[in-house]
Amino acid sequence: MDSTDLAQSVAALQAELETVLKKTNALTAAIGQAGDKASDIAGAASSHGTFFLTGLTVFVLAVFVGYHVVWRVTPALHSPLMSVTNAISSVIIVGALIAAGPASFHLSQAMGFIAVVLASINIFGGFIVTRRMLAMYKKKTK
Amino acid sequence: METASTLAYLVASVFFILALRGLSSPVSSRAGNLFGMAGMAIAVITTLALPIVVSLWVILPGILIGGGIGAVIAYRIKMTALPQLVAAFHSLVGLAAVCVATAAFLSPESYTIGVRHNILTGSLIEMSLGTAIGAITFSGSIIAFLKLQALMTGKPLIFPYQHPINLGLGIAIVVLVVLLCRTNADWVFAALAGVALLLGFLLILPIGGADMPVVISMLNSYSGWAACGIGFTLQNNLLIITGALVGSSGAILSYIMCKSMNRSIINVILGGFGGGGGAGPAAVKPGGDRPVRVGSAEDAAFILKNASRVVVVPGYGMAVAQAQHVLREMADLLKAQGVDVRYAIHPVAGRMPGHMNVLLAEANVPYDEVFELDEINREFAQTDVAFVIGANDVTNPAARTDPKSPIYGMPVLDVEKAKTVLFVKRSMASGYAGVENELFFRPNTMMLFGDAKKVCEEVVRALG
Repeated sequence: MDSTDLAQSVAALQAELETVLKKTNALTAAIGQAGDKASDIAGAASSHGTFFLTGLTVFVLAVFVGYHVVWRVTPALHSPLMSVTNAISSVIIVGALIAAGPASFHLSQAMGFIAVVLASINIFGGFIVTRRMLAMYKKKTK
Repeated sequence: METASTLAYLVASVFFILALRGLSSPVSSRAGNLFGMAGMAIAVITTLALPIVVSLWVILPGILIGGGIGAVIAYRIKMTALPQLVAAFHSLVGLAAVCVATAAFLSPESYTIGVRHNILTGSLIEMSLGTAIGAITFSGSIIAFLKLQALMTGKPLIFPYQHPINLGLGIAIVVLVVLLCRTNADWVFAALAGVALLLGFLLILPIGGADMPVVISMLNSYSGWAACGIGFTLQNNLLIITGALVGSSGAILSYIMCKSMNRSIINVILGGFGGGGGAGPAAVKPGGDRPVRVGSAEDAAFILKNASRVVVVPGYGMAVAQAQHVLREMADLLKAQGVDVRYAIHPVAGRMPGHMNVLLAEANVPYDEVFELDEINREFAQTDVAFVIGANDVTNPAARTDPKSPIYGMPVLDVEKAKTVLFVKRSMASGYAGVENELFFRPNTMMLFGDAKKVCEEVVRALG
């Protein structure tokens, strides 16, 4: 597969992701309008059911994108690939921030705080070590 | 607000894809890494701007503490210690996933997935998956780290009933997930995390140190799937996309490593390898009194100087001896005399995928002189000297010719096709596979016994 083909398929996948996300947005907005506490759980339940399907769609497409992008990575850069994937998998910090977010202080906030610290170590460590590695790759000087 | 944050997450996802895309060549890789950082910054800032996140006075110090620790470690680490660093980082992702899942279990309201003790069944399943995979990643990576850091023996630790026990723990996890969905009980959640932690330990313990390239790639993949599980719980597409990217990346690397060692992926997932007779000393056939040609550094220098094409085959032994810098010095001297010097790298030459390439790059070897197995294997026939330093099993022709050999079927570098093969080795000992290399006894092979660094230094002196 040449690079224009791949670029096109990535672009197509991204467009598809976008439409899926828009649908999710519309759904969440619709659910957000359902007001009181009782309907909240029911709303969450229905949103959960629909989210699972959109989530699954996104998941399968992302595996597909990952598969194609990663096979194109040159073997010489497999170590930086590992450290950079390690850094971006710390995007789990998003969940940690939400957990640590509320002003009240319970066990769940403590868990969130620990996760924020752990993920931050990974984010900074992972990107910096990748940068150090990549800076060493030089072409022949002639 | 909701739309804005979702769109920002989408941008971050695309940036992460571009970060991986950049790694298709060293030229674009640096820009790719910047995309990765930008994507992460967008993700964090967007989340901080969410109305539910108010306690910035708790969060920001957390980020600063973690970021500070991470930065110091990343700037100080030696490139030879890269594999254990990556293993340690994987364990952190695993633990963070467990923490986030626990937080979601304790305060489901924050994520609109129900109320305490009445969480939606689907969310519970996703949460359990995130917790279980995260816990396995955490404890497995700790064992991998200890083995790589040599704080623990690199030998496979076999225990009786290994497979039945692991299978039992796997079944226990499934039972606990079902129980959790029915009862919503705290103790079930804790037990689930505990059993998964134990399983992680037991999965990696029996794996030998030399098989670590596969283990690290596998744990890399697990950490991605853990992020995916959390993404489903949190109903966040960014986490799902990123987790899937990381998961498939790790899976592909594991596949490549397995193929390069001629192991089946099922064997790896079950964690059973390195335990068979193949790795034991029993498999070593004594060499007997067969004659080997032993040369001195001066002989080697003479042969190298008179060659027109030299291919260097570095292995992990070179990295252990820290010989990469003096090796490059030797190559520079040869190049100054008009010799064409190139490097051939076997996929499992280091302790993690691509490790040898990083070590050579650190020693200022230009990346366009370094070739992969498939690229260079055909050229050994036109090569005058193959200079094998710290490698053994990856050059063993028995992998092609002897169906009884434990490494039969493993792709190897065809160094024996070169006119002369110079082997830099400390002794006649066999490689980690415990197989004797019959190349040592060929008439066109010359053994240079000694520490890789010392031998190279002597060759440099003889050349200069």
